[in-house]
Amino acid sequence: MERQLGRRKFLVYGSAALGTSILLKSCATPTTTETTDAAATGGDAPAAASGDTIKVGVLHSLSGTMAISEKSVVDSTLLAIKQINEAGGVAGKQIEPILEDGSSDWPTFAEKARKLIDQDQVVAIFGCWTSASRKAVLPVFEEKNHLLFYPVQYEGQECSKNIFYTGAAPNQQIEPSVEWLLENKGNEFFLVGSDYVFPRTANTIIKAQVEASGGTVVGEDYLPLGNIEVSPIISKIRSDLPNGGVIYNTLNGDSNVAFFKEMEGAGLTPDRYPVMSVSIAEEEIAAIGKEYLLGQYAAWNYFMTVDSPENTAFVDAFKAEYGDSRVVNDPMEAGYIAVNLWKQAVEKVGDAGTSTDLDAIRAAVIGTEMDAPEGPVRMYPNHHISKTVRIGEVRDDGLFEIISETDGPVEPQPWNQFVQETQGFACDWTRTDVPDPGRFEI
Amino acid sequence: MAASILDGIFNGLSIGSILLLAALGLAIVFGLMGVINMAHGELMMLGAYTTTVVQRGFRLFGDGSPLFDFYIFFALIAAFFVAALVGLALERGVIRFLYGRPLETLLATWGVSLILQQFVRSVSGVVTASLIVFCLSFFGGMWVLKKRTNFEQIRGWAIAALLILSGVLARVVNRLLAGAYGLAVTQPWFGAQNQDVTAPGWLRGGIPMGAYQLPKTRIFIMALTILCVLGVYLFLNRTTWGMRIRSVTQNRNMSACLGIPTQKVDALTFALGSGLAGIAGCGVSLLGSVGPNTGQNYIVNTFMVVVVGGVGKLIGTVVGALGIGIADYVVGTGMLANLTNNEAVEGFFRFFATTSMAKVMVFLLIVVFLQFRPAGLFPQKGRSVDA
Repeated sequence: MERQLGRRKFLVYGSAALGTSILLKSCATPTTTETTDAAATGGDAPAAASGDTIKVGVLHSLSGTMAISEKSVVDSTLLAIKQINEAGGVAGKQIEPILEDGSSDWPTFAEKARKLIDQDQVVAIFGCWTSASRKAVLPVFEEKNHLLFYPVQYEGQECSKNIFYTGAAPNQQIEPSVEWLLENKGNEFFLVGSDYVFPRTANTIIKAQVEASGGTVVGEDYLPLGNIEVSPIISKIRSDLPNGGVIYNTLNGDSNVAFFKEMEGAGLTPDRYPVMSVSIAEEEIAAIGKEYLLGQYAAWNYFMTVDSPENTAFVDAFKAEYGDSRVVNDPMEAGYIAVNLWKQAVEKVGDAGTSTDLDAIRAAVIGTEMDAPEGPVRMYPNHHISKTVRIGEVRDDGLFEIISETDGPVEPQPWNQFVQETQGFACDWTRTDVPDPGRFEI
Repeated sequence: MAASILDGIFNGLSIGSILLLAALGLAIVFGLMGVINMAHGELMMLGAYTTTVVQRGFRLFGDGSPLFDFYIFFALIAAFFVAALVGLALERGVIRFLYGRPLETLLATWGVSLILQQFVRSVSGVVTASLIVFCLSFFGGMWVLKKRTNFEQIRGWAIAALLILSGVLARVVNRLLAGAYGLAVTQPWFGAQNQDVTAPGWLRGGIPMGAYQLPKTRIFIMALTILCVLGVYLFLNRTTWGMRIRSVTQNRNMSACLGIPTQKVDALTFALGSGLAGIAGCGVSLLGSVGPNTGQNYIVNTFMVVVVGGVGKLIGTVVGALGIGIADYVVGTGMLANLTNNEAVEGFFRFFATTSMAKVMVFLLIVVFLQFRPAGLFPQKGRSVDA
């Protein structure tokens, strides 16, 4: 009797688990499978085996805290791949993207990177968002001598042989924006950031720069990632900047929403307390509510409102693929650039390389150029790209009014020139006469 | 000096009232029923999403219309019922099989919380359609099969077959719809992005008080919290069902002997706790973000409040929440550092005077406190608990 019961229960639970997993699969995959199917055009097993596709990895968080931001970069990366495939592929082959979910968990990123390289034998990986995830995968890429394209603005102070950075280095986003604030908005700064590597390093740079230019940093505070209790910070801003002043915001994710809502509630308006943000782009405005951000500033290389034929084409293609209500932002554009620069390198070499031999591709990426949506960009020997810097003000349709823009692309400097330890250092992976081309004194 | 103390008290109470609002539902579910509900935060998230949906609905009347200004009250009610219904389903579907097994409950509800998070990310026209098809075919099939006289014998097989059949059917519907309508039905309703909740006009801005300005949303949340606490208190102490809940909490077997339908009481209690989570979600959506992770930001804090306050006592939760709120604010702003002249002491407090270090300090204080009072501020007295 008891045995029978056990078997029956086992059957019930087992089939329940099976059924739910089938159901979940049917629920969870439509968006991703549709795009990958379309992008890979029949990228099922036979095609891959016959060798007329090139496999690349796309490694971002599709779940967890960072999914909010990273999913959109996946969208633009897949769009670039799809466009290339529709135009005949690269070096005569179709690109097959393999999606992996880093789950907003840094060790998972490393594990998935290893899987993409060893098991899927991809020839390049596009991915990562937070600096923490990049730092986690870096040893994997260096060990395997592989290739990562990283699409997000970051704090600099890094120059890996195996990573190409298509987002801004600090001198292409943070430094020009601080300069602009000092010129136009006053010289008393309060720094607010999330408590992890990017805001902390960024604030070190900002402090050094503000002090070098005769301004003062009156206070700084850090919120744990995801924390939304901001009233202590607001109180500190009020007591440290009683007569108004500049707030430099490096908060990431959910905290921003609480921060801007509380600023409004506490009566700290942009005319007296202008906030310059480096993590707020078009997507985030929609999520925070444009009413709360009206008149605040952001510094990026790309805004959706950039006026150029390349940008119009990019925005139109994106909306046609993902729906009219979607917006594009800087990291998405950087992800789009990354795929195109890689494609150029592959075409230059005439072959995508194998997962164990990528030296030719790596050398060929340097010097690739593109008329990107943000303007002309070029990959420098320090594995970063030149970028135009822009300051935008949030306007009432939820997009940015570009109020300041550099005359042309700014050359990238991965090693910061304001921070004492890295002053005078540079990176150039074409040099063979220095012991460490990643970091040497000029 | 007086002004800054007043400011500290107001801000501390305001932080505390948010904690309290979030923890109130848990105080009932965890405190009274002893269920470790890791999905509590996700029930809050559902409340917050309900608020965005209601707000989107009211947008149809036009942004400036007087009706739009009052959407928040409809949102509160809707959030309560949505969360309560999901809570009810959760209790009937999962938790009732796991009473008295806290570890399993913890894991199961954690799983549910992950499912709910991913659900709001992926929910779209096709997903909903597939889910409806699945439920209809599964439960419909069960209903039909139950009429057979030999149902008990074929039960296991029936469930297995129906699950697979319904799964396949749902999958087919999913593919067909996606193929036929494309983006219109496969586009997620919410996606992974955060949703925008704008406070109605009369809750925007703040009330000036001297040099400071008190944000109106915070005052609204304090009022909401007071109302909820009063409501729960009256419900538990003045109504028949409240009495039943308390008696089941104190001695389940005796209550059952006296004719109290304990299963119904369990379901009702859990639904009530979940509904309160929904209200909390609606409230916090005015302050923070509405996204799939909204709930996770609160879950640790809410458990902390209930544990510090003492499991099973409403008053403990109230005092615990307000205490933690004030401690958070006072440490985080460095007020203690300003009070002393001793350099070493001041340096010590300065070190903790950032928001993330203040958290460390408050956690430390709580750990120390629990060493001396493991049962919390107001421990449940008597020998009937956990009998």
